[in-house]
Amino acid sequence: MKRFIRHVALLLAFALCAVPAAQADEELTHLISALANGKLKEMPAKISALEKAGNSKIVPLFEALSAGTLFYRKADKAVFITRSSADGITLMAPLTLQEQGVTTKKSLKKIKVNNKLRRQLKTAIANLTLLSPDVSLRLSAAKELFKSSDPAVLPLLEEALHQESDASVRQAMQESYAAMTLRTQHASQQHRLDAIETLKAMGNQQALSVLTGFVASASEPEERDAATSVIASINKRLARWSVAQNVWYGLSLGSVLLLAAIGLAITFGVMGVINMAHGEMVMIGAYTTFMVQEVIRNSFPGLFDYSLAFALPLAFLASGAVGFAMERGIIRFLYGRPLETLLATWGVSLMLQQAVRTVFGPTNKEVGNPDWMSGAFELGAMTLTANRIWILAFAFVVFAVLLVVLRRTQFGLEVRAVTQNRRMAASMGIRTPWIDALTFALGSGIAGMAGVALSQISNVSPNLGQLYIIDSFMVVVFGGVGNLWGTFVGAMTLGVANKFLEPYAGAVLAKILTLVFIILFIQKKPRGLFALKGRAVDL
Amino acid sequence: MISKSLFTKLGPQSIWIVALLFLIAAVVPLLNLALPESHPLHVPSYLVGLFGKYLCYAMLALALDLVWGYCGILSLGHGAFFALGGYAMGMYLMRQIGTRGVYAHPTLPDFMVFLNWEELPWFWLGFDQFWFAALMVVAVPGLLAFVFGWFAFRSRVTGVYLSIITQAMTYALLLAFFRNDMGFGGNNGLTDFKDMLGVSLQSDGTRAALFSATAVALGLSFLLCSLIVNSKFGKLLVAIRDAESRARFLGYRVEHFKLFAFVVSAMIAGVAGALYVPQVGIINPGEFAPANSIEVVIWTAVGGRGTLFGPIFGALLVNGGKSYFTAAYPEYWLFALGGLFVLVTLFLPKGIVGVLSQLRSAAQKQLGQRASAETGAKPEAAE
Repeated sequence: MKRFIRHVALLLAFALCAVPAAQADEELTHLISALANGKLKEMPAKISALEKAGNSKIVPLFEALSAGTLFYRKADKAVFITRSSADGITLMAPLTLQEQGVTTKKSLKKIKVNNKLRRQLKTAIANLTLLSPDVSLRLSAAKELFKSSDPAVLPLLEEALHQESDASVRQAMQESYAAMTLRTQHASQQHRLDAIETLKAMGNQQALSVLTGFVASASEPEERDAATSVIASINKRLARWSVAQNVWYGLSLGSVLLLAAIGLAITFGVMGVINMAHGEMVMIGAYTTFMVQEVIRNSFPGLFDYSLAFALPLAFLASGAVGFAMERGIIRFLYGRPLETLLATWGVSLMLQQAVRTVFGPTNKEVGNPDWMSGAFELGAMTLTANRIWILAFAFVVFAVLLVVLRRTQFGLEVRAVTQNRRMAASMGIRTPWIDALTFALGSGIAGMAGVALSQISNVSPNLGQLYIIDSFMVVVFGGVGNLWGTFVGAMTLGVANKFLEPYAGAVLAKILTLVFIILFIQKKPRGLFALKGRAVDL
Repeated sequence: MISKSLFTKLGPQSIWIVALLFLIAAVVPLLNLALPESHPLHVPSYLVGLFGKYLCYAMLALALDLVWGYCGILSLGHGAFFALGGYAMGMYLMRQIGTRGVYAHPTLPDFMVFLNWEELPWFWLGFDQFWFAALMVVAVPGLLAFVFGWFAFRSRVTGVYLSIITQAMTYALLLAFFRNDMGFGGNNGLTDFKDMLGVSLQSDGTRAALFSATAVALGLSFLLCSLIVNSKFGKLLVAIRDAESRARFLGYRVEHFKLFAFVVSAMIAGVAGALYVPQVGIINPGEFAPANSIEVVIWTAVGGRGTLFGPIFGALLVNGGKSYFTAAYPEYWLFALGGLFVLVTLFLPKGIVGVLSQLRSAAQKQLGQRASAETGAKPEAAE
């Protein structure tokens, strides 16, 4: 019995809460349908009524009315927001924005507006959004106003500024207020000087364009000087940020180069073997990612965000297996003949490319970004994209793990021993052929993991490997073989140098200059930046 | 007197090959032009063009063999010298178009008019003269090889390092020639040639003449290479190939020998490129692609490096195969080429010609042994 009473009480409470909301909506719908049969003269009153009754829900309707996409159906005088599409005009409910079918233009009639009404609408929209309880709505409205030059909104903005409690929205409002003050000549000199200061603190491209516009039209020399000096200081700040941005781009490119080159550095360092099919190992990794994503899309769509986690080990295994087979099947017969190895592995690379082209087709394959890898965020005046950050982090992790493996494990010890002195290592009981095969598999496997990372930023096509192979060679040759730190420094240096040259020389010329630099560098240090010390001599 | 010493120096084999090439140069145009089409010995024009192209490739392979087979320098950038020679010839042919271009500008080639250039850039001056273009065909690749080689060999860059920087060189040139600002037609390269030395490039007579010129040029290059490798200088090149440090310790300036071979090789490659361009009618930056240069290596390897006939044979064989495969089974060509790379390096390190001569010398040895076995008692008796 008690329980029953409690249920009834709950129901009653719900009903009481629901009634006012439903009433408000009903009133709104009534007001909206009133728009359909009105004269232009009656419109201002109707709009202010809507503004009073409504909340931010009414904003799309106001925007549509202002843009001339608000219509009513001739048959029943129902009001709709419309959007033209391929097969006619799509109708949307004015409040919920749900699609309500498609119709022809003939059955509709436009609700007329004039410029006076548009101004009223604009103020109303600003009013509704700037004073809305939703923080994100207020923020976007404040940012939107930065581009506006309508003096009518100024008092409203001022009022909103007084009421605002959220710091970031307040800042956005102040900036927009400053921009509008400078654009319109309605404020006092002190106001304008304050505005210049606000924009100085803002210090980005947008602020710069407002200020340059102001300098062109300003009449008072004092204000003009203030603005000019602020422009200079903003330019300086932007230049500093652009250096930072270039460093970031360079590191990002460097991390890609590092990923592509590090496997090559291992095989080259340990075995003195140039693996021309290295790029194809990267490609196999990328195609593994593609296949993993296909399986996940078709069978387990919920796991898509984890697809890269599945792809990484699989790519390592797939490329590693191909590398292992190559070493056992071809390369071990060619030891001591590095140039022949180069040719044989080039042959393998051609066959792998053609095999992939035959199986998957010559076109680019779509590899998706998981949610956590898409998007970007701003740091000062520069933009960092999430996928680049992840790839940089991934490159560092791979590098660190490899360093630990080579420095701290038995396998690493044996690899280093073979690198330094193959014969002595063999006489100490290290099975050098086995180490060779495993090293080659490891280098190829890492290339495969690089392929997973590259599939996120580059097209997955049979030519993927060819894009990176020459750059990887340059990194290895520049950094010096047999030393992972050499590869690391080489990749980062080349990446940053390339990106710093790009603004002055253009992308292609920057690359040419980098290549020429490496060719000259090799003359000076034929064994690379960090040459392995030793007494090896070719005889 | 001179011819006699030349003959003894070269050996009969080389003389036969040069004679054969000159004979081809004389006979093929005759069979193409003089005989009616119905005649069984008539050589159709498309074959003349095709084999003219192959002979250019053969020349390029021969040039590579001089440095790789005899001096141990595996250049992965010989395509660059070939393409530079081609561009020099292409520039001459461009200037010959004159007012017959789409824009009918008297001096500027079409692509420059298209890019709104006002006047001819300085490096195009002089290319309206054939002698100047012909000079540039050898001078530009030679100069590049000289500068590049002078730096590289002096600092003792060897082995795979050298291979990789030659690849970087051709890659850098590829990127450079793709740029429109370079003034070499960018992506499209140079094409739409009309005539050469006053005769139309489209006529059968010109094509046959170009074929002859290519065969003669190949013969002369062959002669030059034979002279080089059969001289004392050639022996030194082989010594450098087999033990560079020892040659250096014996007091030879290794880098000078290498540089000389490299420059000569680049010049031959340039001439090959110059003969190639009028026959195919286009030159574009694609010729600089690193993959092209590596393909030249495989021609040389298949035929047999370290022999002068090998690369010519290899270039004809592989390119013949390529023409057949790309027409009959286009999707399998890369498998075949890739397999060729693997199989030749694994099983035929000396190439086909090398294996043949090995077999022959083995057979001769056996014959000699048998002969000495039959007459086994005699030497002892003579003692």
